[in-house]
Amino acid sequence: MTEAGYNFAYLDEATKRMIRRAILKAVAIPGHQIPFGAREMPLPYGWGTGGIQVTASILGPQDVLKVIDQGADDTTNAVSIRRFFTRVADIATTEATGEATIIQTRHRIPEKPLTENQILVYQVPQPEPLFKLEPRRAETRRLHALADYGLMHVRLYEDIARLGHIAKAYDYPVMVNERYLMSPSPIPAFDNPKMHHMAALQLFGAGREKRIYAVPPYTPVRSLDFEDHPFRPIRAPHACAICGSKTSYLDELVTDDAGGRAFICSDTDYCQERQPVPKAAAE
Amino acid sequence: MTRLTPGFADPVLDAQASFRAILEAMSRPGRIQTIAARISPPAPLCSAAGAAMLSLADADTPLWLDAGDAVGAWLRFHCGAPITPDIGAARFVLACGAAPSLDALDIGTDEDPQLGATLILQVAGLVAGDGWRLTGPGIQHEHRLGVLGAPAGFVAAWARNQAFFPRGLDVLLCAGDSIAALPRSVMIAED
Amino acid sequence: MYVAVKGGEKAISAAHAWLDETRRGDTALPELSVAQIEQQMALAVDRVMAEGSCHDRFLAALAIKQAKGDLIEAAFLLRAYRTTLPRFGASQPLETSRMRLRRRISATYKDLPGGQVLGPTFDYTHRLLDFALAAEGREAPATPEAHADMGDVPRVTEILAREGLMQREAATGAEPGDLTREPLSFPAPRPVRLQNLARGDEGFLLALGYSTQRGYGNAHPFVGEIRVGHIGVEITPPELGFAIDIGDIGITECQMVNQFKGSRTEPAQFTRGYGLVFGHGERRAMAMALVDRGLRARELGEDADAPAQQEEFVLYHSDNIEATGFVEHLKLPHYVDFQSELENLRTIRRAAEAERQEAAE
Repeated sequence: MTEAGYNFAYLDEATKRMIRRAILKAVAIPGHQIPFGAREMPLPYGWGTGGIQVTASILGPQDVLKVIDQGADDTTNAVSIRRFFTRVADIATTEATGEATIIQTRHRIPEKPLTENQILVYQVPQPEPLFKLEPRRAETRRLHALADYGLMHVRLYEDIARLGHIAKAYDYPVMVNERYLMSPSPIPAFDNPKMHHMAALQLFGAGREKRIYAVPPYTPVRSLDFEDHPFRPIRAPHACAICGSKTSYLDELVTDDAGGRAFICSDTDYCQERQPVPKAAAE
Repeated sequence: MTRLTPGFADPVLDAQASFRAILEAMSRPGRIQTIAARISPPAPLCSAAGAAMLSLADADTPLWLDAGDAVGAWLRFHCGAPITPDIGAARFVLACGAAPSLDALDIGTDEDPQLGATLILQVAGLVAGDGWRLTGPGIQHEHRLGVLGAPAGFVAAWARNQAFFPRGLDVLLCAGDSIAALPRSVMIAED
Repeated sequence: MYVAVKGGEKAISAAHAWLDETRRGDTALPELSVAQIEQQMALAVDRVMAEGSCHDRFLAALAIKQAKGDLIEAAFLLRAYRTTLPRFGASQPLETSRMRLRRRISATYKDLPGGQVLGPTFDYTHRLLDFALAAEGREAPATPEAHADMGDVPRVTEILAREGLMQREAATGAEPGDLTREPLSFPAPRPVRLQNLARGDEGFLLALGYSTQRGYGNAHPFVGEIRVGHIGVEITPPELGFAIDIGDIGITECQMVNQFKGSRTEPAQFTRGYGLVFGHGERRAMAMALVDRGLRARELGEDADAPAQQEEFVLYHSDNIEATGFVEHLKLPHYVDFQSELENLRTIRRAAEAERQEAAE
């Protein structure tokens, strides 16, 4: 049973329709931010209300939902959001990336390549890629209309001139289908290449900023760079202390007060799948 | 007064399932989806076009249509969409007969291209794997889509529409319970 | 080998149980009732109704109880509930000259029709902690009663307008926007700005209003009038075709009178800054009126350099539900982006170190 007194997936049908219309236009104009009448949700702004509204508007009883935060299913906010959907939509959930039809995420793209049968929903704190360079939204809207992204190129070039590198390590700006500059949300730049030509549909919801945008499947997504300074995804140069992966994105753990560090996969499902089956379970 | 046929049997879950079919169609242009909800809209409206309207249109979306009074009354009752005679002011344009000129529809502005209209175009049939060659976002290599009874000159008009990108209009092609989409980003070739 | 820490589910359940326990406090003391909060924390209830954007004293009091007295948290609870309510219609505009007044003061005229009514106010109290209140069971002294004048009380700004000295803002006749349904866009029309301010954070409005008095915005405000009281809300159901009264709400209205030099098209006159809030909220209504006038700078052809005059800045940062959510979201895990910064910094430093050594060799 879903929570008494609330509609399936919490939102009323008129709100869902409004969001669904926005999602369709977002898919038709890849990378363009669509303003939408975001509702107040029973979770705080900044805690995934945009992603939640998108998920609530697409979700049906046939879906299997996975929610991750920092790549992990067990982080507190992921637990809280998964609980919310179990309460209001009585939905099946999973921690296995391969089993999910909808994956709501904050800050990561799963390591396992996504398929055509999946939708990835990103929680977005700040949809405007230019906001640090131009805080006025009336002005950034104009820049997007003109596809005038000189500000961002200058900013990246200044990094190179000053530091020899582009200093952006997450929320690294991308060009979608060579038309719109887009924020990939604060995923590590390491994950950016996964967005390019992804088989799954990618939807982005920003609740507080009231914007929805999308990247359709198999769409070119290019991380901004320069010929002499090509884009380089960065990960800690270590192997996972649990599964030994040398290619996954790693969390850094401080293990003692004497400089001790351990590195483990941020994608907990990926890490778990790579571990040998424990004896107790195998018997 | 003629009795209205019902809308969705389950307004919440039928709308959700229909929307997902439309979303899938829009995300993978030219791939044909099936609308599962069983509805019987008044003639000449097919069930796919009917389901699209029920799941997307409401009091906030002015609607232009050429499908006659029975369909108009049905949509007014089930979605509450205000019907407008001004095609340029419509968010949804429902064409069951001779397709209206694409040039007459609202294509939004450079800052708000999402205000471009959605054309729901009812055609005689949709055939997968043959016909128009579609490329663009949502398509890995190419998709083939056969559109039976496509309006004359549609492909040329589409190419004109594309020149305005990101302004433009998006199309849902409906036949029976089948639906395919042409988002403004898709390129159509007749080879 | 490292073993990953799990237990998010358990931790959340335990934390919420603990929260419930601390809310109740010492069980040797009687539990606070919602009715007590509604009656005895009335101004907190008013603030929560204003910022929660929902006039319901019981729900606001319940939210305060649930939030352990955190008024922003309470406003958030009320907003999240409000958004699930069906919309039956919009009320007729309030005619505030018909308010039943508890308090009405003007700083611009010594006496005026309707008179000055001091009402229940902290003004002129000496802020000395009243230890007598610490002893419970004290009866409040009886308020001396006077005969109430039940007639309409004209607004001060109307008195000025009849003399041609107060700018009349032309009614556009357009339906006002509603930012709970449509996102803000700029330039924002005044009704949307006023809606935003009426729900805005009191502290934010207060600081911005204050800044206009200190030279950031060149304001010369007078309190034309503050009125506090009750008023009936009317709706006109389409099937009836005439207005019916659906109940009373408490409101506070403030009209600030501001100088205006005049322009090429308009003679010198006074202009209005307007504040209207739910409940008894004078500080809030006054601050709102100051900021409203600040935001009219561009329309009146004035410079718009001060913070209180910058529409995007003010309207995007006034909402404390949005603000607290985003500020507090920094508590959420950011391991992944932080780790990417760490690695990036290490890479940059390694490269710089290598360069230094190369130069030294």
